[in-house]
Amino acid sequence: MATLHPIPHVPGFTAEELDSKIGFCEQLKGGVIMDVIDPTQARIAEDAGACAVMALERVPADIRKHGGVARASDPDMISGIQKAVSIPVMAKVRIGHFVEAQMLESMEVDCIDESEVLTPADEEFQIDKRGFRTPFVCGCRDLGEALRRIHEGAAMIRTKGEAGTGNVVEAVRHMRALMTGIRSLQGLERTLLERKAVELRVPYELVAWVAEHQKLPVPNFSAGGVATPADAALMMQLGAEAVFVGSGIFKSGDPVKRAKAIVRATTHFNDPKALVEVSRGLGEPMVGIDIHQMAPQERLAGRGV
Amino acid sequence: MVSEPSAPLVGVLALQGDFADHEAALQAAGLRTRQVRTAADLRGLHGLVLPGGESTTMLKLLDVDGLWGPLGYALRSGVPVFATCAGMILLAETVENPSQRSYGLLPITVVRNGYGRQYHSGTFPLRSDVLPAGTTGTFIRAPRVAAVGEGCEVLAWRDGDPALVQKGVILAAGFHPELQHGVHPVVARFAGMVRERAGVVVG
Repeated sequence: MATLHPIPHVPGFTAEELDSKIGFCEQLKGGVIMDVIDPTQARIAEDAGACAVMALERVPADIRKHGGVARASDPDMISGIQKAVSIPVMAKVRIGHFVEAQMLESMEVDCIDESEVLTPADEEFQIDKRGFRTPFVCGCRDLGEALRRIHEGAAMIRTKGEAGTGNVVEAVRHMRALMTGIRSLQGLERTLLERKAVELRVPYELVAWVAEHQKLPVPNFSAGGVATPADAALMMQLGAEAVFVGSGIFKSGDPVKRAKAIVRATTHFNDPKALVEVSRGLGEPMVGIDIHQMAPQERLAGRGV
Repeated sequence: MVSEPSAPLVGVLALQGDFADHEAALQAAGLRTRQVRTAADLRGLHGLVLPGGESTTMLKLLDVDGLWGPLGYALRSGVPVFATCAGMILLAETVENPSQRSYGLLPITVVRNGYGRQYHSGTFPLRSDVLPAGTTGTFIRAPRVAAVGEGCEVLAWRDGDPALVQKGVILAAGFHPELQHGVHPVVARFAGMVRERAGVVVG
Protein backbone atom coordinates (compact mmCIF):
# COMPACT_ATOMS: atom_id res chain seq x y z
CA MET A 1 0.00 0.00 0.00
CA ALA A 2 1.28 3.43 -0.85
CA THR A 3 1.03 6.01 1.86
CA LEU A 4 1.39 9.25 0.00
CA HIS A 5 1.03 11.86 2.69
CA PRO A 6 0.57 9.88 5.86
CA ILE A 7 1.09 12.63 8.36
CA PRO A 8 1.58 10.97 11.75
CA HIS A 9 -1.35 11.15 14.06
CA VAL A 10 -1.50 14.65 15.47
CA PRO A 11 -4.27 15.32 17.98
CA GLY A 12 -6.96 17.46 16.38
CA PHE A 13 -6.25 16.44 12.78
CA THR A 14 -8.78 14.30 10.95
CA ALA A 15 -7.87 12.23 7.91
CA GLU A 16 -10.25 14.28 5.80
CA GLU A 17 -8.63 17.54 6.89
CA LEU A 18 -5.27 16.13 5.91
CA ASP A 19 -6.52 15.11 2.45
CA SER A 20 -8.10 18.47 1.86
CA LYS A 21 -5.51 20.81 3.40
CA ILE A 22 -2.33 19.05 2.34
CA GLY A 23 -4.01 18.04 -0.91
CA PHE A 24 -4.52 21.72 -1.69
CA CYS A 25 -0.87 22.51 -1.04
CA GLU A 26 0.21 19.57 -3.22
CA GLN A 27 -1.53 21.24 -6.18
CA LEU A 28 0.79 24.26 -5.90
CA LYS A 29 3.98 22.23 -6.31
CA GLY A 30 6.35 23.21 -9.07
CA GLY A 31 4.68 26.60 -9.17
CA VAL A 32 5.27 30.23 -8.21
CA ILE A 33 3.14 32.13 -5.70
CA MET A 34 3.41 35.87 -6.26
CA ASP A 35 2.81 38.79 -3.89
CA VAL A 36 0.30 41.25 -5.39
CA ILE A 37 -1.18 44.45 -3.99
CA ASP A 38 -4.12 45.07 -6.34
CA PRO A 39 -6.31 43.37 -8.99
CA THR A 40 -4.10 44.65 -11.84
CA GLN A 41 -1.01 43.00 -10.40
CA ALA A 42 -3.04 39.86 -9.65
CA ARG A 43 -4.07 39.60 -13.31
CA ILE A 44 -0.48 40.12 -14.44
CA ALA A 45 0.59 37.32 -12.09
CA GLU A 46 -2.13 34.95 -13.29
CA ASP A 47 -1.34 35.76 -16.89
CA ALA A 48 2.34 35.04 -16.31
CA GLY A 49 1.47 31.57 -14.99
CA ALA A 50 1.49 32.05 -11.21
CA CYS A 51 -0.14 29.06 -9.48
CA ALA A 52 -1.50 31.36 -6.74
CA VAL A 53 -1.25 34.94 -5.52
CA MET A 54 -0.61 36.37 -2.07
CA ALA A 55 -2.81 39.42 -1.51
CA LEU A 56 -1.26 42.08 0.69
CA GLU A 57 -1.33 45.86 0.98
CA ARG A 58 2.41 46.36 0.80
CA VAL A 59 5.09 44.02 -0.45
CA PRO A 60 7.77 43.28 2.15
CA ALA A 61 10.24 45.78 0.65
CA ASP A 62 7.71 48.56 1.31
CA ILE A 63 6.85 47.23 4.77
CA ARG A 64 10.55 47.64 5.57
CA LYS A 65 10.60 51.14 4.15
CA HIS A 66 7.45 52.36 5.90
CA GLY A 67 8.12 50.80 9.27
CA GLY A 68 5.36 50.83 11.89
CA VAL A 69 3.03 47.93 12.65
CA ALA A 70 2.20 45.78 9.62
CA ARG A 71 -1.22 44.09 9.90
CA ALA A 72 -3.56 41.92 7.83
CA SER A 73 -4.86 43.64 4.69
CA ASP A 74 -8.15 45.50 4.21
CA PRO A 75 -10.90 42.97 3.34
CA ASP A 76 -11.90 45.16 0.38
CA MET A 77 -8.46 44.81 -1.10
CA ILE A 78 -8.51 41.01 -0.68
CA SER A 79 -12.03 40.67 -2.13
CA GLY A 80 -11.00 42.75 -5.14
CA ILE A 81 -8.20 40.32 -5.88
CA GLN A 82 -10.44 37.28 -5.28
CA LYS A 83 -12.80 38.66 -7.94
CA ALA A 84 -9.99 39.43 -10.38
CA VAL A 85 -8.42 35.97 -10.74
CA SER A 86 -9.40 32.29 -10.95
CA ILE A 87 -6.24 30.96 -9.28
CA PRO A 88 -6.02 30.50 -5.48
CA VAL A 89 -5.73 33.65 -3.37
CA MET A 90 -3.71 33.58 -0.15
CA ALA A 91 -3.39 36.31 2.46
CA LYS A 92 -1.24 36.98 5.50
CA VAL A 93 -2.07 37.30 9.18
CA ARG A 94 0.13 38.39 12.05
CA ILE A 95 1.77 35.59 14.02
CA GLY A 96 -0.64 34.55 16.77
CA HIS A 97 -3.50 36.75 15.53
CA PHE A 98 -6.20 34.10 15.32
CA VAL A 99 -8.96 36.67 14.86
CA GLU A 100 -7.38 37.97 11.65
CA ALA A 101 -7.27 34.30 10.60
CA GLN A 102 -10.95 33.76 11.46
CA MET A 103 -11.78 36.77 9.30
CA LEU A 104 -9.77 35.48 6.33
CA GLU A 105 -11.43 32.07 6.69
CA SER A 106 -14.87 33.66 6.64
CA MET A 107 -13.83 35.43 3.41
CA GLU A 108 -12.88 32.00 2.01
CA VAL A 109 -9.28 32.93 1.36
CA ASP A 110 -7.74 29.72 -0.04
CA CYS A 111 -4.69 29.62 2.23
CA ILE A 112 -3.54 31.69 5.22
CA ASP A 113 0.10 32.67 5.70
CA GLU A 114 0.85 33.21 9.39
CA SER A 115 3.76 35.42 8.53
CA GLU A 116 6.79 36.93 10.19
CA VAL A 117 6.62 39.65 7.51
CA LEU A 118 3.78 41.26 9.49
CA THR A 119 4.32 42.50 13.04
CA PRO A 120 3.68 39.62 15.47
CA ALA A 121 0.55 39.89 17.65
CA ASP A 122 1.70 37.20 20.08
CA GLU A 123 5.32 36.61 20.97
CA GLU A 124 4.61 33.38 22.86
CA PHE A 125 1.95 31.43 20.97
CA GLN A 126 1.33 30.92 17.28
CA ILE A 127 -2.20 30.26 16.05
CA ASP A 128 -3.68 26.83 16.78
CA LYS A 129 -4.21 26.10 13.11
CA ARG A 130 -5.91 22.73 13.65
CA GLY A 131 -9.23 24.37 14.35
CA PHE A 132 -9.46 25.92 10.88
CA ARG A 133 -10.79 24.45 7.63
CA THR A 134 -8.41 26.70 5.71
CA PRO A 135 -4.86 25.41 5.18
CA PHE A 136 -2.05 27.46 6.72
CA VAL A 137 1.48 28.05 5.53
CA CYS A 138 4.17 29.07 8.03
CA GLY A 139 7.80 30.06 7.76
CA CYS A 140 10.76 28.25 9.29
CA ARG A 141 14.49 28.64 9.66
CA ASP A 142 15.22 25.03 10.59
CA LEU A 143 13.68 21.62 11.31
CA GLY A 144 12.56 22.55 14.82
CA GLU A 145 10.55 25.57 13.68
CA ALA A 146 9.10 23.53 10.79
CA LEU A 147 7.93 20.68 13.03
CA ARG A 148 6.50 22.99 15.69
CA ARG A 149 4.41 24.72 13.01
CA ILE A 150 3.25 21.37 11.59
CA HIS A 151 2.29 20.22 15.08
CA GLU A 152 0.22 23.40 15.41
CA GLY A 153 -1.53 22.41 12.17
CA ALA A 154 0.39 24.07 9.31
CA ALA A 155 -0.28 22.21 6.04
CA MET A 156 2.66 23.78 4.24
CA ILE A 157 6.08 25.00 5.33
CA ARG A 158 8.23 27.61 3.62
CA THR A 159 11.64 28.95 4.45
CA LYS A 160 11.50 32.39 6.01
CA GLY A 161 14.50 33.75 4.18
CA GLU A 162 14.71 37.49 4.70
CA ALA A 163 11.67 39.00 3.00
CA GLY A 164 11.91 42.27 1.10
CA THR A 165 15.69 42.16 0.67
CA GLY A 166 15.96 40.69 -2.82
CA ASN A 167 18.77 38.65 -1.30
CA VAL A 168 18.44 34.87 -1.42
CA VAL A 169 21.18 34.13 1.10
CA GLU A 170 18.89 33.63 4.10
CA ALA A 171 16.46 31.41 2.18
CA VAL A 172 19.43 29.25 1.20
CA ARG A 173 20.64 29.16 4.80
CA HIS A 174 17.20 28.10 6.05
CA MET A 175 16.64 25.46 3.37
CA ARG A 176 20.07 23.96 4.01
CA ALA A 177 19.48 23.96 7.77
CA LEU A 178 16.11 22.25 7.27
CA MET A 179 17.52 19.60 4.92
CA THR A 180 20.51 18.97 7.19
CA GLY A 181 18.14 18.65 10.14
CA ILE A 182 16.10 16.05 8.27
CA ARG A 183 19.17 14.06 7.21
CA SER A 184 20.62 14.12 10.73
CA LEU A 185 17.68 12.02 11.95
CA GLN A 186 18.39 9.18 9.55
CA GLY A 187 19.10 5.86 11.22
CA LEU A 188 18.85 7.18 14.79
CA GLU A 189 17.62 4.67 17.33
CA ARG A 190 14.41 5.30 19.21
CA THR A 191 15.93 6.76 22.37
CA LEU A 192 17.88 9.32 20.35
CA LEU A 193 14.77 10.26 18.35
CA GLU A 194 12.89 10.66 21.63
CA ARG A 195 15.62 12.96 22.91
CA LYS A 196 15.45 14.91 19.63
CA ALA A 197 11.67 15.29 20.04
CA VAL A 198 12.18 16.78 23.50
CA GLU A 199 14.86 19.09 22.14
CA LEU A 200 12.66 20.27 19.25
CA ARG A 201 9.56 20.43 21.51
CA VAL A 202 7.36 18.27 19.24
CA PRO A 203 5.79 14.80 19.57
CA TYR A 204 8.05 11.80 19.07
CA GLU A 205 5.78 10.51 16.26
CA LEU A 206 6.48 13.57 14.14
CA VAL A 207 10.25 13.20 14.52
CA ALA A 208 10.06 9.45 13.84
CA TRP A 209 8.03 10.08 10.67
CA VAL A 210 10.61 12.51 9.33
CA ALA A 211 13.48 10.19 10.27
CA GLU A 212 11.86 7.35 8.32
CA HIS A 213 10.63 9.25 5.25
CA GLN A 214 13.49 11.77 5.08
CA LYS A 215 11.20 14.65 4.23
CA LEU A 216 8.58 16.81 5.92
CA PRO A 217 5.06 15.36 6.13
CA VAL A 218 3.74 18.50 4.38
CA PRO A 219 4.90 20.35 1.24
CA ASN A 220 8.13 22.29 1.68
CA PHE A 221 8.29 25.57 -0.24
CA SER A 222 10.74 28.45 -0.34
CA ALA A 223 10.31 32.16 0.33
CA GLY A 224 12.20 35.26 1.36
CA GLY A 225 14.57 36.97 -1.05
CA VAL A 226 14.00 35.27 -4.43
CA ALA A 227 14.59 37.94 -7.12
CA THR A 228 15.76 36.14 -10.26
CA PRO A 229 14.93 32.98 -12.25
CA ALA A 230 18.28 31.59 -11.09
CA ASP A 231 17.31 32.21 -7.45
CA ALA A 232 14.08 30.26 -7.95
CA ALA A 233 15.94 27.37 -9.61
CA LEU A 234 18.55 27.43 -6.83
CA MET A 235 15.86 26.98 -4.17
CA MET A 236 14.24 24.17 -6.19
CA GLN A 237 17.57 22.36 -6.56
CA LEU A 238 18.15 22.71 -2.83
CA GLY A 239 14.88 20.87 -2.20
CA ALA A 240 12.06 23.42 -2.36
CA GLU A 241 8.89 22.10 -4.01
CA ALA A 242 7.58 25.54 -5.06
CA VAL A 243 8.60 29.17 -4.68
CA PHE A 244 7.04 32.29 -3.19
CA VAL A 245 8.20 35.55 -4.76
CA GLY A 246 7.41 38.70 -2.82
CA SER A 247 8.97 42.00 -3.75
CA GLY A 248 11.18 40.47 -6.45
CA ILE A 249 8.67 40.78 -9.29
CA PHE A 250 6.78 44.03 -8.88
CA LYS A 251 9.82 45.91 -7.57
CA SER A 252 11.76 45.07 -10.74
CA GLY A 253 12.08 46.98 -14.00
CA ASP A 254 9.86 44.68 -16.11
CA PRO A 255 7.47 42.72 -13.85
CA VAL A 256 5.60 40.95 -16.71
CA LYS A 257 8.74 39.53 -18.25
CA ARG A 258 10.34 38.67 -14.92
CA ALA A 259 7.20 36.94 -13.65
CA LYS A 260 7.03 34.72 -16.74
CA ALA A 261 10.73 33.97 -16.50
CA ILE A 262 10.54 32.91 -12.85
CA VAL A 263 7.56 30.64 -13.62
CA ARG A 264 9.51 28.89 -16.38
CA ALA A 265 12.65 28.67 -14.27
CA THR A 266 10.73 26.97 -11.46
CA THR A 267 9.50 24.26 -13.87
CA HIS A 268 12.83 23.79 -15.66
CA PHE A 269 14.98 24.29 -12.56
CA ASN A 270 17.31 21.45 -13.57
CA ASP A 271 17.93 22.65 -17.12
CA PRO A 272 20.70 25.30 -17.28
CA LYS A 273 20.09 25.93 -21.01
CA ALA A 274 16.45 26.79 -20.34
CA LEU A 275 17.52 28.99 -17.41
CA VAL A 276 19.89 30.92 -19.68
CA GLU A 277 17.08 31.46 -22.18
CA VAL A 278 14.61 32.79 -19.63
CA SER A 279 17.20 35.05 -17.98
CA ARG A 280 18.09 37.06 -21.10
CA GLY A 281 17.17 40.74 -21.15
CA LEU A 282 14.96 40.83 -18.06
CA GLY A 283 15.76 44.45 -17.25
CA GLU A 284 16.60 45.77 -13.81
CA PRO A 285 16.11 43.38 -10.89
CA MET A 286 14.94 44.85 -7.61
CA VAL A 287 17.72 46.57 -5.71
CA GLY A 288 18.84 44.16 -3.03
CA ILE A 289 20.02 44.62 0.53
CA ASP A 290 23.22 43.11 1.89
CA ILE A 291 22.18 41.10 4.95
CA HIS A 292 25.39 42.05 6.75
CA GLN A 293 24.54 45.75 6.48
CA MET A 294 21.25 45.22 8.32
CA ALA A 295 20.76 45.92 12.01
CA PRO A 296 19.55 42.86 13.98
CA GLN A 297 16.17 44.51 14.66
CA GLU A 298 15.63 44.90 10.89
CA ARG A 299 15.65 41.13 10.46
CA LEU A 300 12.19 39.57 10.21
CA ALA A 301 13.20 35.90 10.33
CA GLY A 302 13.68 35.88 14.09
CA ARG A 303 9.94 36.34 14.61
CA GLY A 304 7.98 33.19 15.51
CA VAL A 305 10.38 30.49 16.70
CA MET B 1 8.36 0.75 -4.21
CA VAL B 2 10.36 -0.53 -7.22
CA SER B 3 8.45 -1.37 -10.38
CA GLU B 4 9.62 -4.17 -12.69
CA PRO B 5 12.01 -2.94 -15.41
CA SER B 6 9.60 -4.43 -17.95
CA ALA B 7 6.55 -2.65 -16.50
CA PRO B 8 4.76 -0.20 -18.82
CA LEU B 9 6.10 3.36 -18.73
CA VAL B 10 3.66 6.19 -18.01
CA GLY B 11 4.57 9.83 -18.60
CA VAL B 12 3.33 12.37 -16.06
CA LEU B 13 3.13 15.97 -17.26
CA ALA B 14 5.46 17.73 -14.79
CA LEU B 15 5.15 21.42 -15.64
CA GLN B 16 3.34 22.23 -12.39
CA GLY B 17 1.06 20.48 -9.92
CA ASP B 18 0.87 17.23 -7.97
CA PHE B 19 2.81 15.18 -10.51
CA ALA B 20 4.97 13.58 -7.80
CA ASP B 21 1.85 12.21 -6.09
CA HIS B 22 0.73 10.71 -9.39
CA GLU B 23 4.12 9.10 -9.84
CA ALA B 24 3.94 7.58 -6.36
CA ALA B 25 0.42 6.30 -7.00
CA LEU B 26 1.34 4.76 -10.39
CA GLN B 27 4.47 3.16 -8.96
CA ALA B 28 2.40 1.71 -6.14
CA ALA B 29 0.22 0.18 -8.88
CA GLY B 30 3.34 -1.43 -10.38
CA LEU B 31 3.98 0.94 -13.30
CA ARG B 32 7.13 2.85 -14.20
CA THR B 33 6.89 6.63 -14.56
CA ARG B 34 8.70 9.49 -16.30
CA GLN B 35 8.27 13.21 -15.74
CA VAL B 36 7.34 15.00 -18.97
CA ARG B 37 8.69 18.54 -19.39
CA THR B 38 9.78 18.52 -23.04
CA ALA B 39 8.62 16.95 -26.31
CA ALA B 40 11.50 14.47 -26.14
CA ASP B 41 10.12 13.10 -22.87
CA LEU B 42 6.99 11.88 -24.71
CA ARG B 43 8.70 9.24 -26.84
CA GLY B 44 8.12 5.60 -25.95
CA LEU B 45 5.38 6.13 -23.36
CA HIS B 46 2.64 3.53 -22.82
CA GLY B 47 0.34 5.99 -21.09
CA LEU B 48 0.01 9.63 -20.09
CA VAL B 49 -1.16 11.43 -16.98
CA LEU B 50 -2.27 15.05 -16.78
CA PRO B 51 -2.06 15.85 -13.05
CA GLY B 52 -3.83 18.26 -10.78
CA GLY B 53 -2.49 21.77 -10.33
CA GLU B 54 -3.44 25.09 -11.89
CA SER B 55 -4.70 24.69 -15.44
CA THR B 56 -3.90 28.33 -16.30
CA THR B 57 -0.27 27.78 -15.26
CA MET B 58 -0.04 24.57 -17.29
CA LEU B 59 -1.51 26.28 -20.38
CA LYS B 60 1.09 29.08 -20.21
CA LEU B 61 3.94 26.62 -19.82
CA LEU B 62 2.65 24.34 -22.61
CA ASP B 63 2.73 27.36 -24.91
CA VAL B 64 6.07 28.91 -24.06
CA ASP B 65 7.79 25.54 -24.12
CA GLY B 66 6.35 24.52 -27.50
CA LEU B 67 4.78 21.48 -25.88
CA TRP B 68 1.14 22.17 -26.80
CA GLY B 69 1.40 20.48 -30.22
CA PRO B 70 3.54 17.45 -29.27
CA LEU B 71 1.43 16.75 -26.18
CA GLY B 72 -1.75 16.97 -28.27
CA TYR B 73 -0.29 14.45 -30.71
CA ALA B 74 0.59 12.09 -27.83
CA LEU B 75 -2.86 12.44 -26.28
CA ARG B 76 -4.43 11.38 -29.59
CA SER B 77 -1.97 8.52 -30.22
CA GLY B 78 -4.16 5.82 -28.66
CA VAL B 79 -2.25 5.31 -25.41
CA PRO B 80 -4.40 5.40 -22.26
CA VAL B 81 -4.68 8.87 -20.71
CA PHE B 82 -5.62 9.68 -17.14
CA ALA B 83 -6.39 13.25 -16.09
CA THR B 84 -7.33 14.66 -12.69
CA CYS B 85 -8.77 18.07 -11.82
CA ALA B 86 -6.69 20.58 -13.81
CA GLY B 87 -5.88 17.75 -16.23
CA MET B 88 -9.60 17.14 -16.77
CA ILE B 89 -10.00 20.85 -17.55
CA LEU B 90 -7.24 20.61 -20.18
CA LEU B 91 -9.09 17.73 -21.92
CA ALA B 92 -12.65 19.12 -21.78
CA GLU B 93 -14.42 20.29 -24.90
CA THR B 94 -15.87 23.34 -23.12
CA VAL B 95 -14.41 25.20 -20.12
CA GLU B 96 -16.39 27.80 -18.19
CA ASN B 97 -15.72 30.23 -15.31
CA PRO B 98 -13.83 31.62 -17.15
CA SER B 99 -13.68 30.01 -20.56
CA GLN B 100 -10.21 28.93 -21.65
CA ARG B 101 -8.44 26.91 -24.31
CA SER B 102 -8.35 23.13 -24.03
CA TYR B 103 -7.63 20.00 -26.06
CA GLY B 104 -11.32 19.17 -26.37
CA LEU B 105 -10.77 15.41 -26.39
CA LEU B 106 -13.59 14.74 -23.93
CA PRO B 107 -17.12 15.84 -24.88
CA ILE B 108 -17.80 17.43 -21.49
CA THR B 109 -18.44 20.92 -20.16
CA VAL B 110 -16.54 21.76 -16.97
CA VAL B 111 -16.98 24.71 -14.65
CA ARG B 112 -13.67 25.65 -13.03
CA ASN B 113 -13.82 25.82 -9.22
CA GLY B 114 -17.41 24.68 -9.67
CA TYR B 115 -17.78 23.70 -6.02
CA GLY B 116 -16.29 26.95 -4.70
CA ARG B 117 -13.01 27.97 -3.16
CA GLN B 118 -10.69 25.84 -1.01
CA TYR B 119 -13.00 26.23 2.01
CA HIS B 120 -15.42 23.86 0.25
CA SER B 121 -12.79 21.24 -0.62
CA GLY B 122 -12.99 17.84 1.01
CA THR B 123 -13.46 14.11 0.62
CA PHE B 124 -16.91 13.05 -0.58
CA PRO B 125 -18.64 9.73 -1.26
CA LEU B 126 -18.85 8.59 -4.88
CA ARG B 127 -21.79 6.76 -6.38
CA SER B 128 -20.69 4.23 -8.96
CA ASP B 129 -21.50 0.88 -10.54
CA VAL B 130 -17.88 0.15 -11.46
CA LEU B 131 -16.00 1.24 -8.32
CA PRO B 132 -16.13 -0.70 -5.02
CA ALA B 133 -18.81 0.42 -2.57
CA GLY B 134 -17.56 3.07 -0.18
CA THR B 135 -15.07 4.59 -2.64
CA THR B 136 -14.52 8.31 -1.94
CA GLY B 137 -12.97 11.16 -3.89
CA THR B 138 -10.94 14.13 -2.60
CA PHE B 139 -12.13 17.26 -4.40
CA ILE B 140 -9.78 20.28 -4.21
CA ARG B 141 -11.20 23.50 -5.70
CA ALA B 142 -12.55 20.96 -8.14
CA PRO B 143 -14.06 21.46 -11.58
CA ARG B 144 -17.75 20.55 -11.75
CA VAL B 145 -18.85 18.59 -14.81
CA ALA B 146 -21.95 20.44 -16.01
CA ALA B 147 -22.70 18.45 -19.15
CA VAL B 148 -21.62 15.19 -20.77
CA GLY B 149 -21.88 14.63 -24.50
CA GLU B 150 -22.20 11.60 -26.74
CA GLY B 151 -19.72 8.75 -26.41
CA CYS B 152 -18.60 9.77 -22.97
CA GLU B 153 -19.48 7.37 -20.15
CA VAL B 154 -20.04 8.56 -16.58
CA LEU B 155 -18.39 6.03 -14.24
CA ALA B 156 -18.95 7.81 -10.92
CA TRP B 157 -21.05 10.61 -9.51
CA ARG B 158 -20.71 13.10 -6.68
CA ASP B 159 -24.34 13.69 -5.73
CA GLY B 160 -25.92 14.69 -9.04
CA ASP B 161 -22.69 15.61 -10.83
CA PRO B 162 -20.50 13.37 -12.98
CA ALA B 163 -17.12 13.03 -11.22
CA LEU B 164 -15.37 10.30 -13.23
CA VAL B 165 -15.81 10.01 -16.99
CA GLN B 166 -14.31 7.87 -19.72
CA LYS B 167 -14.30 8.01 -23.47
CA GLY B 168 -12.33 5.22 -25.14
CA VAL B 169 -8.89 5.18 -23.55
CA ILE B 170 -9.27 8.58 -21.92
CA LEU B 171 -10.20 8.57 -18.23
CA ALA B 172 -10.75 11.82 -16.29
CA ALA B 173 -11.66 12.61 -12.70
CA GLY B 174 -12.67 15.88 -11.07
CA PHE B 175 -11.17 14.53 -7.84
CA HIS B 176 -7.70 13.36 -6.80
CA PRO B 177 -7.33 9.57 -6.38
CA GLU B 178 -3.56 10.16 -6.31
CA LEU B 179 -3.90 11.95 -2.97
CA GLN B 180 -5.68 9.16 -1.15
CA HIS B 181 -4.05 6.40 0.79
CA GLY B 182 -3.35 3.09 -0.89
CA VAL B 183 -3.98 2.21 -4.53
CA HIS B 184 -7.24 4.01 -5.25
CA PRO B 185 -9.61 1.95 -7.45
CA VAL B 186 -9.46 4.66 -10.13
CA VAL B 187 -5.65 4.43 -10.30
CA ALA B 188 -6.00 0.62 -10.44
CA ARG B 189 -8.45 0.99 -13.34
CA PHE B 190 -6.02 3.20 -15.26
CA ALA B 191 -3.13 0.81 -14.55
CA GLY B 192 -5.28 -2.00 -15.98
CA MET B 193 -5.97 0.04 -19.13
CA VAL B 194 -2.25 0.67 -19.60
CA ARG B 195 -1.35 -3.01 -19.14
CA GLU B 196 -4.06 -4.06 -21.60
CA ARG B 197 -2.73 -1.74 -24.28
CA ALA B 198 0.98 -2.01 -23.51
CA GLY B 199 1.67 -2.62 -27.20
CA VAL B 200 0.69 0.95 -28.01
CA VAL B 201 3.42 3.56 -27.51
CA VAL B 202 3.87 7.23 -28.28
CA GLY B 203 6.15 7.39 -31.35
